[in-house]
Order: sequence, then C-alpha cells, then structure tokens
Amino acid sequence: MSMRRAAFLSLLAIAACGPCASAAPEGPRLGRAASAEEIAGWDIGIEPDGSGLPAGSGTAEAGAAVYAVKCASCHGERGEGLSAEELVGGIGTLASETPTMTVGSYWPYATTLFDYVRRAMPPAAPLSLSNDEVYSVSAYILYLNTIVKADDELNAKTLPQIEMPNRDGFIQIYKVP
Amino acid sequence: MKRGRRTQAGGEGNVAGGGLIDRRVFLGAGGALAGALAGALAWQRPVWAETGEPAGPSPAMPPGVPAAMLAPGKPFSNYGQPSPFEKRVIRWISANSEVPGNGISWCPLHDLEGIVTPNGLHYERHHNGVPEIDPARHRLLIHGMVARPLTFDVASLLRYPMESRLVFIECGGNSNAGWNPEPIQSRVGHFHGLVSCAEWTGVPLATLLSEAGIEKDAKWILAEGSDPSAFSVSIPAKKAMEDGILALYQNGEKLRPENGYPMRLVLPGFEGTSHVKWVRRLKAVKSPVMTRDETAKYTDILRSGKARQFAFVIEPKSLITAPSPGMKLPGPGLYQISGLAWTGHGKVAKVEVSADGGKTWGDAALQEPVLNYCFTRFRMAWRWDGGEAVLQSRVTDDKSNVQPTREALIAARSPNDYFHYNAIVSWGVSPEGTIAHVYA
Repeated sequence: MSMRRAAFLSLLAIAACGPCASAAPEGPRLGRAASAEEIAGWDIGIEPDGSGLPAGSGTAEAGAAVYAVKCASCHGERGEGLSAEELVGGIGTLASETPTMTVGSYWPYATTLFDYVRRAMPPAAPLSLSNDEVYSVSAYILYLNTIVKADDELNAKTLPQIEMPNRDGFIQIYKVP
Repeated sequence: MKRGRRTQAGGEGNVAGGGLIDRRVFLGAGGALAGALAGALAWQRPVWAETGEPAGPSPAMPPGVPAAMLAPGKPFSNYGQPSPFEKRVIRWISANSEVPGNGISWCPLHDLEGIVTPNGLHYERHHNGVPEIDPARHRLLIHGMVARPLTFDVASLLRYPMESRLVFIECGGNSNAGWNPEPIQSRVGHFHGLVSCAEWTGVPLATLLSEAGIEKDAKWILAEGSDPSAFSVSIPAKKAMEDGILALYQNGEKLRPENGYPMRLVLPGFEGTSHVKWVRRLKAVKSPVMTRDETAKYTDILRSGKARQFAFVIEPKSLITAPSPGMKLPGPGLYQISGLAWTGHGKVAKVEVSADGGKTWGDAALQEPVLNYCFTRFRMAWRWDGGEAVLQSRVTDDKSNVQPTREALIAARSPNDYFHYNAIVSWGVSPEGTIAHVYA
C-alpha cells in the first residue's frame, strides 16, 4: 500500500468514527441486524421531546382512582409520602434553607414522570399499567402539584408541552464536546 | 525527607505531629529506624471493641500439636467459601420496608485489606431487586443514531477481543451521612462502603458501538438495564468510546447476579449509576434522555436552588479503614494506619495523614500497584502516646485535585446536598483508645 493511500484510509477511518476517540480492536462483527419491529418492542424509553410516548390519554380526574389503588399505600393519600418518598409540594422552596424536592418542585420534565411510572411503578408489578392509566396517574400527580387542571387531557402531544417549574434548574457538570 | 524532621511531638523518625512516623519504617532499608522504634515501643494493632479479642499474642503456646493435624481434613469443595471463623464479615443490608429490593448493601471496608473487593462483598445498589437472567435468553440491543441497529448475545460477545481493568465503582450516594449535622457513629463500611474495586473483563464498548456505526452527532447513549425498574441513565458517548467496557467477568469469574449478570457497563472513574447492570439496551441519542435517576436523583442541590447534574467523575476521596470506629487501641505503641484512596480523574498521586486534626501532615506510603481509576492502599506508621488524637487522610490525584475539608465541601455545595460527598474523614481517638467519628 502506498503511503498516500494509507494516509487516505486513516483519514476515512477518522471521519467514519464519530465520537470515537480510541483505537478499539475490531471485533468479529457478530452483531445481528435488529429489525424495526424488534426495536419497537424493546424501546420502552420516553424522551423529553415526547418521542416514545404511546397512544392513549388520561386526566387527573381519572388518575385519582388509579393512584388510590396503585400508589397511595406507599406515597400517601395525596402524595405526601409514606414508606416511599413524597411526590407533592415544595414549589418555590429550592433556594430556601429547607428545600423540598418533589416531582412538582424539582423534576425538570413531565416526560420523566411518565417514563418512570411506566417502567418502574408500582414496584410489585412494573410495566403493568395501561397507557391510559399512566397518562392518568401522571396527570393526577401533576394536578396535586397544581401544574395541570383536573380535566386537562394528557396525551403524547400535550404531555411534552408541560412546563415544569424547575425546567431550568440544572447545571450540567459534565461538558459534552 | 528533611521536612519530616520538623517534629512537633519529638521522637525518632517523626514526620508530623501526634506521632506520625516516616514511611521508610515499612521498608527493609529503614532498618535502623525501625529498630530504634521497635526498641522503644512494640507494634500494636487495633481490635474490635465489642468482641473482647486479645490484642497481642496468646500468653502461652497451646500444648502439643493441634487437633486438626491428627485426623484427615475436610474434602475438596466445588466452590470455596470463607472460613467459618470469618462469618461476621458480611455486607450490611439497608432496604425499603415495603420494597425490599430497593436499597443498598454496604461493603465492609473495615474488615478488608488490599485493594480488591471479594465478589461476595462488593457493594450493592438495586432499585427493585436482582433479576435472575438466563444468559441464553439475554440480548444487548444497540440502536438509535447508528448506521446498523444490532443485537448481541452472550455467546457471540465471548468471541470478541476483551480487556481487563481494575476499576473502583462508587455509588453517587456513598458517604452521604457526611452531610448530616452530627457525625454518624457506625463502622466505616456502614457509611462509606458503597464503593468497591474489582477487576472487570469484557468487550470495549467502542468495538461494539463502532460495529453498529454510531453517528457523529450521537453525543449521548441511553443505557437501560433489564431489571424490574428498567434502570436507565444517559451516558456521554465520548466516555463510552474512550474506555467504556461491556463487562462479562468480575475478578476472574462471570459477573455475580447482583453485579449485573450476564453483562454490565463499566465506565472507569464515573459514578456507580452509569455502570448500568443487566444492560439490555444502548440507544445512541443527541441529548440526554433526562431519566428519573439523572434528574430527581444523583443531582446536587446548591444554596442557589440550582442543582449540579451529570457530575459523573468521582472526586478524590480517601479514608482510614484501620483504626476506625468500633475498634479500640489496646494501649500506647506503634500502629500501622491503613486506608484507601481513589479518584475518578486518574491516579492517586499522594496521600497525607494527620494525627492532630489536620494541623500537620505526613506522607503515607502508597502500596503498589497505583493504577488509574483503581483503589490505592496507603499505610502510615503512627506512635500513639495514649493521648487524644484526631486521625485524618487527604488524597491528591495526578491532576492536582485535592480532597476537601468537610467545611470547604459544604461551603461549595449546600448542607442540603445528598450526593457526591468526598470530604476528609476524621476519627477521634480517646485516651481509652476508643475511636469515634468526629467533625474536625
């Protein structure tokens, strides 16, 4: 191989490498192509722009009943916290001497609430709530925090548009190049 | 070593006040020094206060040969276990009463030596228990901003070129009792033991991400575990590509279930949450996904009300594991202070020890090997005169980061912070030889 060709190939390698900064060994390339259908079944995450949110909808009015059955025994009747942490209150306290950090006061994105409830709650049966139930119970928790009204409908379009009180409350320490 | 002769307390070989002695005492070459010291006072060792174990040698030799020599011993074992006499060396479990799988178990740092954590004692943090995963059914999916979404099974991954690295993993919530206004009184492992160090072996993440063709604009990767909380966090793609490992082995054997079997991420120097266990999915994305465990948790509230987020890199930290609370010094004499130091920025460059609450410091001996992103064991000789003392250690890493005082850390953050506590730790020694956690 000529020097020039070698230099050209190494340039190509750098260009194709994206965020790669290391010379990782080449593997045997045994990865199996994943189809769109397979990925759809696996990708349960919700992103701040709403991507990943499923069809369905719910309101706080409907969510109160879901919450009473699925959540209240650990988080308290109105999200005040019992064996599990409080979910409600504290808006405006973060800069005080006794900040109260809850979904309402601290969480920067409403999409995070949907994502976490769906994949992790209730602990005895994660991923067991229907999409409508997750929308509803998310709406109820936001309603208890006075962030949405009792009859506001949450769905894949409206949920990501909710502006959480602490949306701009975070300072990213790790600097992404 | 000239500065070492500026002795406050006086005495042969002192390097700092309160009886700290030149580290050359541990070297063969320091024979004259050791001889002079040993002539003056005998080596002692701290003992557990409540067990009443004898501090020194037994007064008399047991008569004759031991009974164990007179009959055949136990047969071979398929998998060895610690001696029954070491039964009390265990992880301390602290979990939610209603959700027993949500909690922690503390590594008993006070009972261990060296730098490698035995697999059965590696700390645990689970959000909803340990999943039992059949490796034949487990898959890793790499997708999102990649040219070729791919799945990998365990059998295939075992055919990839691997690498091994000794890496500590520390929970972002380790030592958080340090934020309490009053010093907590418990053994060192029971409030600093959410950190452990093991040799991890696996496939470089860069190999797999390159095979999938990760895109240039994919700055973050969502990593998701296949546990019953689908634990997930966003990690920087740059870090994953630099030195991230998809680990399959822990200290030579396959990962323990509680450490992510059959596969977990290892991101050297980053806090524990990013080392996602039971990992099933890596999704290349443009910006962080803002999961619950990178917003609501593992963030540091400041006085301003703003919060530090993505504070991944473990700041330099050290502590003395012996002597430590719960132990007792049986009497004046020479003691070997032993402790651990680590930093997520690279290597430990220096550990200093103080016996007078930080007024004067002497350099500790660093035990080889001293490696990037690994525990470093340090040792210091100390002549205890039977008076009050306050023992501390302070690490400086090879990027010149210094472990802060508690006062400085709280000033920089807030007393309401809950995570990422790395301040200097102080043990108060009483004239009776008891040891208490103090704020000094």
